[in-house]
Amino acid sequence: MKYMLLIHSAAVGESTDVPDEDLFNAWVSYDKAVKDAGIWVSGHSLADLTTATTVRVDPTGERIVTDGPFAETREVLGGYYVIDVPDLDVALDWAARCPGARRGGSVVVRPVAEFEA
Amino acid sequence: MSERTAGVGSLVEEVFREERGRLLAALVRRFGDLDLAEDVAADAVEAALVRWPVDGVPPRPGAWLMTTARRKAVDRLRRDQVYAARLALMQVEADRSGPATPTDTDGDLPDERLQLFFTCAHPALAAQDRAALILRCIGGLTTDEVARAFLVAPATMAKRIVRVKAKIREARIPFRTPEAEELHRRLPGVLQVVYSIFTEGYAASSGPELQRVDLAEEAIRLARILRRLLPAEREIAGLLAQLLLIHARRAARSGPDGEIVLLEDQDRGRWDRAMIEEGQALVVFALTGGPPGPYAVQAAIAALHDEAADVATTDWPQIVALYDVLLALTPSPVVALNRAVAVAMRDGPLTGLALLDELSGEPLLRGYHPYAAARADLLRLLGRFSEAAAAYRAAIALAGSEPERSHLRRRLADVHMRSPRS
Repeated sequence: MKYMLLIHSAAVGESTDVPDEDLFNAWVSYDKAVKDAGIWVSGHSLADLTTATTVRVDPTGERIVTDGPFAETREVLGGYYVIDVPDLDVALDWAARCPGARRGGSVVVRPVAEFEA
Repeated sequence: MSERTAGVGSLVEEVFREERGRLLAALVRRFGDLDLAEDVAADAVEAALVRWPVDGVPPRPGAWLMTTARRKAVDRLRRDQVYAARLALMQVEADRSGPATPTDTDGDLPDERLQLFFTCAHPALAAQDRAALILRCIGGLTTDEVARAFLVAPATMAKRIVRVKAKIREARIPFRTPEAEELHRRLPGVLQVVYSIFTEGYAASSGPELQRVDLAEEAIRLARILRRLLPAEREIAGLLAQLLLIHARRAARSGPDGEIVLLEDQDRGRWDRAMIEEGQALVVFALTGGPPGPYAVQAAIAALHDEAADVATTDWPQIVALYDVLLALTPSPVVALNRAVAVAMRDGPLTGLALLDELSGEPLLRGYHPYAAARADLLRLLGRFSEAAAAYRAAIALAGSEPERSHLRRRLADVHMRSPRS
């Protein structure tokens, strides 16, 4: 069963009491743990939200491109993993181990929909 | 003949009520699907209602229901191949070739209800859904009964139960009993659900009746099941003790017209002595063999009330000491409020009021009518009637059930009468 872990970090610029180096190491070792466990399907860290661009197509078919969105809430989607594990309890365990769940961040766990052929 | 049929019919109902949770848990264990388990459990009962009046009640009704339900499941999975593909069809087939006669099943039904408790009380489900699901799946209540218990329309409750079962299935919340360490992390969550069912029955949060005894008794039944499943867990004993020691006062707790009778005015002769004794024995177990948990401490407080001849001779110093322990275990403004009331009983209303006023900034207590009511009572005892009246008015505006409101209105009228201004 595949689950996506949507990693919402505290907004950029919010101070943390953990040195950047320790945080970086925590991510490296988490990433290694996910891959060593054989559950890694995919995953990426996203570039800063200030680089985001939003696209909408209106009813006339016109493309509307806007800068942003900008963070309206305190937390911003900063990256994701897709993992393949037996059940929600295991997925929640991996979410709890994720550095993104700490220091004001949160991880939203969503099952990946599977459609039968 | 009709008499005999009715007799068997009610026996089936009784057996089913007792066995439903067990049956459902065993079927979930077997098929890993709550919907299928519920459907075939219902089919099995229907079959029993047809067969038992003719053939007589089988020697092991639970096992008969289980075998019948399993066969119904196999039939259903044969018909619905897509559904079957999702489940372990091979396991089902193996089961099909098993013992042919229902009574061949060895012994009682295996008790798999603990896993169902943990699934239904899973932290990934909303708190209100956990209680509904536990009543439905383990308590054996119908959806209509659960709806009545929570004062919502049956259609609303049905929708909620469908939605929560879909989450269990789609997000794959497992049916399993957690390992030792995780079990201790998650057990408080299970106990919390049972406790919330009890408190909803004990002091209905809204509606015309103060008590809904059926829900309180249902919670006690669930706590008893948990106690049987995990006899070494002292906090389960503590929870069951607390429920029994509070529920023992039910007959004295409301007057002939449904009005509230406060602890200080209750006819203690109407308290259920047998229930108190059972609770007392459980408190001893819950408090023995290491630091006590919050339910054990709350049970001990309830026991001190139950053991006293009246409010004046209640061991208030001991109750305050227990609230100190409880406050250290589970710091919360509500516990602090209860402690302040106990201190007022021990040291007088002025000391208690000072403690209550220290809590005035707590957001959680701002909308909590027992806080306003406790302040009002202490102000009344101090003769500060106009302040008491204001506090009673605040409490009336916040109280959820009609008996609570009318009790507070009586108190308000009382302080108005005694107020020098009127």
